[in-house]
Amino acid sequence: MSETRIQLIGGGLAGLMAAIRVAELGHPVDLFSVVPVRRSHSVCAQGGINAAKNLKGEGDSTWQHFDDTVYGGDFLQNQPLVKGMCEAAPGIIDLLDRMGVTFNRTAEGLLDFRRFGGTLYHRTAFAGATTGQQLLYALDEQVRRYEAEGRIRKLEGWMFLSAVLDDAGVSRGVCAVSLRSGEIRAFPGDATIVATGGIGSIFGQSTNSVACTGSAQSALFQQGVHYANAEMIQVHPTAIPGEDKCRLISESVRGEGGRVWVPKTPHDARDPRTIPEAERFYFLEEWYPKYGNLVPRDVATRAIHKVVHEEGLGVDGKAMVYLDVTHLPREMLMRKLGGVLEIYEKFVGLDPCEHPMKVFPAQHYTMGGLWVDNETQATNVPGIYAAGECDYQYHGANRLGANSLLSCLYGGMLAGPAAVRYARNLTVSAEATPASVFAREQKRQEEIYDRLRNQEGNESPIRIWREMGETMTRHVTVTRYNKDLAAADAKLAELQERYRSINLADRARWGNQSLHFTRELGNMLVLARLVSQSAILRDESRGAHYKPEFPDRDDERWLRTIRARYEGGKFQFEFDPVDTSLIPPRKRSYKS
Amino acid sequence: MAEGKTIVLKIKRRAGPAEPARWEEFAVAWRPNLNVIACLIAIAENPVTRDGRNTTPVSYESNCLEEVCGACAMVINSRSRQACSALVDQLEQPIRLEPMSKFPIVRDLVVDRSRMFENAKRLRCWVPIDGTYAIGPGPRVAPERQEVAYALSRCMFCGNCLEVCPKVNENSDFVGAALLNQVRLFNAHPTGRMHAHERLQAVRGIGGVQDCDNAQNCVKACPKNIPLTESNNDVNRQALLDAILGWMLR
Ligand SMILES: Cc1cc2nc3c(=O)[nH]c(=O)nc-3n(C[C@H](O)[C@H](O)[C@H](O)COP(=O)(O)OP(=O)(O)OC[C@H]3O[C@@H](n4cnc5c(N)ncnc54)[C@H](O)[C@@H]3O)c2cc1C
Repeated sequence: MSETRIQLIGGGLAGLMAAIRVAELGHPVDLFSVVPVRRSHSVCAQGGINAAKNLKGEGDSTWQHFDDTVYGGDFLQNQPLVKGMCEAAPGIIDLLDRMGVTFNRTAEGLLDFRRFGGTLYHRTAFAGATTGQQLLYALDEQVRRYEAEGRIRKLEGWMFLSAVLDDAGVSRGVCAVSLRSGEIRAFPGDATIVATGGIGSIFGQSTNSVACTGSAQSALFQQGVHYANAEMIQVHPTAIPGEDKCRLISESVRGEGGRVWVPKTPHDARDPRTIPEAERFYFLEEWYPKYGNLVPRDVATRAIHKVVHEEGLGVDGKAMVYLDVTHLPREMLMRKLGGVLEIYEKFVGLDPCEHPMKVFPAQHYTMGGLWVDNETQATNVPGIYAAGECDYQYHGANRLGANSLLSCLYGGMLAGPAAVRYARNLTVSAEATPASVFAREQKRQEEIYDRLRNQEGNESPIRIWREMGETMTRHVTVTRYNKDLAAADAKLAELQERYRSINLADRARWGNQSLHFTRELGNMLVLARLVSQSAILRDESRGAHYKPEFPDRDDERWLRTIRARYEGGKFQFEFDPVDTSLIPPRKRSYKS
Repeated sequence: MAEGKTIVLKIKRRAGPAEPARWEEFAVAWRPNLNVIACLIAIAENPVTRDGRNTTPVSYESNCLEEVCGACAMVINSRSRQACSALVDQLEQPIRLEPMSKFPIVRDLVVDRSRMFENAKRLRCWVPIDGTYAIGPGPRVAPERQEVAYALSRCMFCGNCLEVCPKVNENSDFVGAALLNQVRLFNAHPTGRMHAHERLQAVRGIGGVQDCDNAQNCVKACPKNIPLTESNNDVNRQALLDAILGWMLR
């Protein structure tokens, strides 16, 4: 059998879209995912998806969408492809509509659009407050249809471990482990598309899902796939801090009059409702009298960090501030913000109309990612493609809200056909590749697993993960100082050392979650170091990357993509020019 | 409860499908806003039982942790629900965790719910489109219809409605409320409706609607408040009509 076979790693929006495109072109697909694809992280997206359909008579255009996206990203994107994405967006919405996504409607039965950050237009299509879930389900159903026809084979519960590279460095398939049986197996594939999402887990608690570990990206990086702009990490200002995850509280809460404050006295133990006005510090309103609580995301996030980490004024002495709506009428709150406030009530167990919410910024999105080459979505390793949040190329230094679902779908639409074109032209197929190539990689992975299972020592993987998360969140998110970044990197190196003394309490093969997690943790540590080292290099402030020691954007030196390679255990960096041929860079300021 | 207190959990464990079940008790330090998932992470960090015996971390499924992915369903204090939204302060102690009983066990709290996805395949739960190429917008939909469809389409395939259904058991093929709700959703869609007959035929063929005895447990167990009994009845009616009058009706 020499039918060209394409592998998909990840079944979020990007992976499912790519799978559909490949199946449509008549090629069999193997779809790997750690979770059943319908449970992928894409379900978390609430707000919506952007497309300049201009159905509200505002004169919106795909060019305007393009301009907003590039400006929002502080000019770090190669522009032609971003333009392509914005031009494709209205057609993508039509496609989703045909698939049956339950988008909100106008009285005329047309799609409704709402406004989002970073634009003046109603450009965001939405399905209630669970747009990502609705989009993912629509694609999941299309994939199921192909599955029923035998054109897509799902390998749910299989975790990608590595690419199978032949002696010429060409990818011939992947190695994966069954999370259930513990079996490690090499699967031949003529081309592989990686769509494994964000890397929130290296920050410990983030707004991301559990499966967003970045382990696959890191494994590929260590095998020679380049990684770009690793330092570009988006932090959302208002999330509910949680032991297990940080749950997002939407910007719209501040839009409706919510106020952010901390008690003026450190460690004030009083019930917030009893603290008099004069003893409250409304720091956003004081520091930014013009915009107050509605400063842009990055500004709000930085201010909260400052008041907590530099001024020591966090609520209860912890990393938290109050987001207060208790002064607003309950009826209005429930009518306009019901869905968002219910999340708080459900997960904190307190009614936010009565109790000020405790929130803090949390890692939210990964702008950087696997380096890919424009419209082919091809990485530098022949046969490996990437799409979705795990690639680097659409959002530059900062992502605009509701642009991610779009870039995932667009990237997936490009990657599928590009991988097929490549695979069709192969002279030697994966099937015809010597078995020894697969056996070699499988053995390598089995050895890593055996080592982990048999290792002695006194370290716990969860403890190392927590320390990594604390280090990353503290030093490598919002405000970055070179000495802190260096300290963080040193700490990560120490954790890598301690990783070797992890003693697993569970040494079984069957269903051993801590074993698989520990395998991923090793990769997470490498990725965490890459993020911190890239951050050290970029001596400027651009988008989400802010260094007080270098407060301005420096186009002269840093209008560059930082592209990292892994060589002999070390990171090597190159600095590529950015294609700004369509919109000349201008100063980014949302002040007026 | 104040800081310094501990939470006691009793967890039903099984190392594998063929292994015997046993109960283990754990104590976890209380902290504000803990949910069941955070307790399971704490146990994984220090897998020692309450009486000081070393054991293994507890296996469980989870992903989004905000009740939209459906992964972390389990039986908590005899109630089938999502573990992420089960807040410790609202639960009676000891907190008893058990795997769902209507699905094959994998290990500890992990069960295999793939049957639901398989049935979705058999019931043709999708809108058949001609292709992904640009052929213009979809059908217009009135806002009221969208609202009904949206409520149905939030089903996360968590399986809670199957767990509580008396008709879902070893001796029956009944697909469960979640799946019938899917049939209703796709049969209501302007394009999906064109293929309603196929779905209804499939429903009649495999443990379908005729088996539902309207116990209504499903509605109460649904974390997304989907009107499941309504869906059951609606599909029941459709299937009957379809059986009597065939596809000519449409
Ligand atoms: C709370 C929240 C709200 C958001 N709201 C919006 C919004 O309103 N609009 C918007 O545009 N964006 C939003 N985003 C961002 C957006 O949701 C994500 O960027 C997007 O869904 C990512 O999709 P993806 O396909 O790249 O990856 P994911 O959906 O994360 O899927 C990754 C897939 O890879 C699989 N996987 C991972 N590792 C492995 C491995 N080693 N082996 C096998 N499989 C693996 C997983 O199982 C999964 O199937 C939001 C994000 C969050 C966190």
